[in-house]
Amino acid sequence: MSETIARPAPRPTRNSAFFWEGCRQGVLLGQRCGECGVFRHPPRPMCPECQSLERQEVELSGRATLYSWAKPVHPQLPMFEAGTLVALVELEEGIRMLSNLCEIEESAIEIGMPLEVFFVETADDGAVHQFRPLRDR
Amino acid sequence: MARDRVSNTAIVGIGQTEFSKDSGRSELQLACEAIKAALDDAGLEPADVDGMSTFTIDNNDDVDIVRSMGIDNLRFSSRVGHGGGGSAGPLAHAMAAIDGGLADVVVGYRAMNERSEYRFGQSQMENTGGSPGAGTGFIEWSLPFGSATAAAWTSVQAQRYMHRYGVTNEDFGHVSVQLRKNASTNPNAWFYQKPITLADHQASRWIVEPVFRLLDCTQESDGAVAFVVTSLERARDLRQSPVRILHATQAIPRNFETVTSYYHDDVCSFDAGVACASELYGRTGLGPRDIQVGMLYDHFSIAIYWHLEANGFCKQGEGADFVKDGHIALDGSIPVSPNGGHIGEAYIHGMNNIAEAVRQVRGTAANQVADVEHVLVSAGMSGAILGRV
Repeated sequence: MSETIARPAPRPTRNSAFFWEGCRQGVLLGQRCGECGVFRHPPRPMCPECQSLERQEVELSGRATLYSWAKPVHPQLPMFEAGTLVALVELEEGIRMLSNLCEIEESAIEIGMPLEVFFVETADDGAVHQFRPLRDR
Repeated sequence: MARDRVSNTAIVGIGQTEFSKDSGRSELQLACEAIKAALDDAGLEPADVDGMSTFTIDNNDDVDIVRSMGIDNLRFSSRVGHGGGGSAGPLAHAMAAIDGGLADVVVGYRAMNERSEYRFGQSQMENTGGSPGAGTGFIEWSLPFGSATAAAWTSVQAQRYMHRYGVTNEDFGHVSVQLRKNASTNPNAWFYQKPITLADHQASRWIVEPVFRLLDCTQESDGAVAFVVTSLERARDLRQSPVRILHATQAIPRNFETVTSYYHDDVCSFDAGVACASELYGRTGLGPRDIQVGMLYDHFSIAIYWHLEANGFCKQGEGADFVKDGHIALDGSIPVSPNGGHIGEAYIHGMNNIAEAVRQVRGTAANQVADVEHVLVSAGMSGAILGRV
């Protein structure tokens, strides 16, 4: 996928700013409760398990499996390439995250397939996480 | 039925404008027309109204309606989030306000020019962060990935469901065909006399591959619908046979989101609908076999499966076969949206389905189901059971 498309920038809130700044730095950050250690996404200030306000921003492995996907085709958004695949991924740490599925032929898509993270720039100096098939290591 | 646990309120009036693609007048005028029609239906005057409820995302302001209609004083006003998913919320608020003594006559309304003034089904082009209080925080996490329409947002959990249960887009066609068939004999429906075939469904263009085609999507409509609620006691003196609100409820289940329900444990389980069903059945002592008509919120064809499953008409994952076997037809075991629903009649954001529920209980619907005692309204994040007094 081209990185020159003027994809709309994320719109950080006080709760999510760390996540999007991580994307700008090329790091996928997850939010984990500082008390009970349970991960949550999207970020929010209180742990739904133990109500702690202690929280940690930790680098995730960036490895995920494909949970679901879809290809919006109408209306075609001018700031996205035709055929952009929307993907819901499940990260190794157990949280789900919306993203895009890239570098794959549609016929090769299989729910459950292993993926890895990378990042692309957006308009206004932003960046977002993307996923592609896990490469052999 | 545990009569002491159900509400002592009733819907005594319904009103609506025509359903069109270009109303030619303001949303404020549409709201006033629908409310006036509902009051006329009930035999009440604006001066009788002392409570009002609508959607957080309705563009009208309560003060403008009060000033336009000559209402003396609103003692109670409220707004419900979650768009059409919350459409039975104003009913719940009206019921609670009257049962609790906060108001005597409550109007619920929704007025929208969502076809002619703005395109509800089109994409958000700017990352506005959503509409505070409406449950749209998910837009922050969707728009930067090109998921910018209701169809795109919903397609992700739909695809997971299709994968798990082996359901295809062609299966969805049976829902759309039935709803358009119902609409074809309802003179108020936009698609009156315009039924479709499965082949038409399969020939319609993709909106989101390989999940939704055009004929899986609700339409965009201009129009307004209003209802009037008062106490059962007062209802007995009014013009219409009262339609009892047995119970109405809202649901925001654990780890759920409005539209983008991607995060709860089992994405294929429609947890909001399950929570509403549990509350409605638990409170009234009724069950799925006691319901004669289901007014199920069809923003997309697949949603009919989710409502059928959540409300116990079939088991999770059985929706497609249940529909194919004819159960939701007008002569089926649970007729769904005899007005044609949003796909066939109009998309007034759930409120036209509430009006149809009232007509089905009164016995005055265009496609009247025989011997209706209870109608279930299932909008997802809200629901209600209406019935005879």
